[in-house]
Amino acid sequence: MTTDVIEQDSHDEHHVEHKMTGIKRWLYTTNHKDIGTLYLWFSFIMFLTGGAMAMVIRAELFQPGLQLVEPDFFNQLTTVHGLIMVFGAIMPAFTGFANWMIPMMIGAPDMALPRMNNWSFWILPFAFIILLSTFFMDSGAPNFGWTFYAPLSTTYSNGSTAFFVFAIHIMGISSIMGAINIVVTIMNMRAPGMTYMKMPLFVWTFFITAYLLIAVMPVLAGLVTMLLTDTYFGTSFFNAAGGGDPVMFQHIFWFFGHPEVYIMILPAFGIVSTTIPTFSRKRLFGYSSMVYATSSIALLSFIVWAHHMFTTGMPLFGELFFMYCTMLIAVPTGVKVFNWVATMWRGSLSFETPMLFSIAFVILFTIGGFSGLMLAMTPVDFQYHDTYFVVAHFHYVLVTGSLFSIYAGAYYWLPKWTGHMYNDTLSKWHFWCSLISVNLLFFPMHFLGLAGMPRRIPDYALQFADFNKWVSIGGFAFGLSQLIFLVVVIKCIRGGEKAAAKPWEGAVGLEWTVASPAPYHTFSTPPSQKDIDNIEPQGIK
Amino acid sequence: MTNKAYESYYVPSQSHWPIMGAVALFMIAFGAGNFVTDLANEESGYGGYLLLAGIALVIYMLVGWFSDVINESLTGKYSHQMDNSFRQGMSWFIFSEVMFFAAFFGALLYLRVFSVPWLGGAGNNVATGAVLWPDFIATWPLIKTPDGTTTTAMGWFGLPLINTVLLLTSSVTAHFAHNALIKNNRSALKKWLGLTILLGLAFISFQILEYAHGYSEEMRLFLDSGVYGNTFYLLTGFHGMHVTLGCIMLIIMWCRVLKGHFTPDNHFAFQAASWYWHFVDVVWLILFVFVYIL
Repeated sequence: MTTDVIEQDSHDEHHVEHKMTGIKRWLYTTNHKDIGTLYLWFSFIMFLTGGAMAMVIRAELFQPGLQLVEPDFFNQLTTVHGLIMVFGAIMPAFTGFANWMIPMMIGAPDMALPRMNNWSFWILPFAFIILLSTFFMDSGAPNFGWTFYAPLSTTYSNGSTAFFVFAIHIMGISSIMGAINIVVTIMNMRAPGMTYMKMPLFVWTFFITAYLLIAVMPVLAGLVTMLLTDTYFGTSFFNAAGGGDPVMFQHIFWFFGHPEVYIMILPAFGIVSTTIPTFSRKRLFGYSSMVYATSSIALLSFIVWAHHMFTTGMPLFGELFFMYCTMLIAVPTGVKVFNWVATMWRGSLSFETPMLFSIAFVILFTIGGFSGLMLAMTPVDFQYHDTYFVVAHFHYVLVTGSLFSIYAGAYYWLPKWTGHMYNDTLSKWHFWCSLISVNLLFFPMHFLGLAGMPRRIPDYALQFADFNKWVSIGGFAFGLSQLIFLVVVIKCIRGGEKAAAKPWEGAVGLEWTVASPAPYHTFSTPPSQKDIDNIEPQGIK
Repeated sequence: MTNKAYESYYVPSQSHWPIMGAVALFMIAFGAGNFVTDLANEESGYGGYLLLAGIALVIYMLVGWFSDVINESLTGKYSHQMDNSFRQGMSWFIFSEVMFFAAFFGALLYLRVFSVPWLGGAGNNVATGAVLWPDFIATWPLIKTPDGTTTTAMGWFGLPLINTVLLLTSSVTAHFAHNALIKNNRSALKKWLGLTILLGLAFISFQILEYAHGYSEEMRLFLDSGVYGNTFYLLTGFHGMHVTLGCIMLIIMWCRVLKGHFTPDNHFAFQAASWYWHFVDVVWLILFVFVYIL
């Protein structure tokens, strides 16, 4: 079943072209697997860069008083840390997964628009070169927080705002092209017989995520354009003196920003919806309800944006509307969590590293979801707003949520990518060190926030000292633990136990019908109907 | 195992155009960043040159890339499925453009419905009006801002109305050109497409005239004349840029028609340009209503 597909590939005359060697292979490539690899490595490098900034932040906050860095530089670090982690680490990592896996999962020869795919990727390193270069300018890097609220980013910004704006512009171009490619690939490139409701849930979540990207990245582009003209060309969109309103900035930003946070979590849902059935040896519980829940979350994400702005003095109707809509999101999200748990229920579970990360994801992401519900309540949000409680909340959903799912997915598909099994012992060290340290890092932040410690400050009152010490220790431990992952990946690329075409007993999906490592070109001719029938319904029958 | 009806999907081999495009965008972004920063500091630097070089490179890249695509299409490498990919890709690109304009229309709506009336004391903002801006009267168009900048509103009669008629007509002629292409009536195609381009160019010229009028001493409607001038120039300006881009697309299509490209059942590029043209037309209609008339 496996080998004949591959042999056909090599005999297909359209694909006799050989891959180039050296740097040109990576610069000129149109191969979805090469581009996926580029995205993944780029995101990991950015993750370490943003992580290094977080370590400086935590070192400064280790004890009260100013130790290491100037407050202005501290602000630059928090700003660029956020921007890098959102736009440089999490989003490209997911795009990397999409590139690698979607064509293989739907039985397509490649992404629909392979050259544009290359362009989408290579814009990113340049965008981040521009963003990071601001650290070496006289003015310093952007220092207004990753949300770049006006007037901090207009009237009171330092001289590097223009670079920030144009870097965001080209990142947006990259994201939009990448998203269009994903949508077109899924709509147009599915193998015959691969209907929408047979697609792996992983493909569904990326499909919906790509729609969100196409809808909101242009809004971000419009917003940074207004920011640019306000800062440099005398317009007053966000300035009351000219008839504008700084709060309007927040409205437009969060109209982009709230779908954006789902852009960073929906693909995570897709990954764990793949790994949990595999290691539970059961089909995914409630596949179609998962599809509808994901779609509902995506739709709702457009009408909840102002829950980030409860304290800005909105009219009461707005406060109530956005509170109720936000709490409504708990329903489809709850459907998902219950479905994952129900998938594991009475399953024949085994605890390989991808499964460990997936289970940790379900539990810890749910904690992040619960703190999100607390934040969604308007009256109590007045207490939590802009405190470390918020920092704890979004790090639970982004680190133990998105990032843990990325690790789950990476360990799950590493055998397919490299042809080798990863080092099991080291990977478990990575998991347990990460799990313990990440909770030491982020859990006490809840208490700090409830006690009133504001976010984005380089110094704090004495009563916060003890918790901050433990948070910093957790932060260093978590940062160092990620180096284990780097070692695991490098070892796995260089060698290790040979991986079978399907190394996981319970795995289903077309990607497991090709050899490990996956041949350079897969599915130049469509997979057989039998293979497609085998993947439905999502799991072992 | 092989599906008999299966047409193989063309996956291009390596291409050097995308990386060139990435470098070009880097030059544009970094050049523009330097240019704007130098402008603000009243210094002169290399930013403008880098920006122009980047634009030149992106044009060179697009010409080369599209030539490759056209050659692949003419040599019959593309299947029906490939055509679908292009069509869907273009549709979603236009959707992303719609969302870009939505950001600015959203801002316009917010300013008109909330921010300006609130500054004048509407809603629960009596104190804001009375304490911060006691002399401010909320009106739209906002011809006097809270800090006292005055300007004049651009009426809808005259140039804007003529432009509306021009652009609407050009959408119709573009449709006639498409019909002629489907009926394989090449001379009518050339005529209608040429007329569409002329109407588009006339629109752009009148838009420039309108801007000159706005910036005259008589009107004093500047980009920085409060939120009315802001939204007026950014909305019409971005629309004008899109019309210019659409016009360039149509001119390229016209040249390709002269070279004998496109057949009644294979003319994706023409269709894409015409979709884009209809899109800028619709944006203009919304703009005409919300920026000029109401």
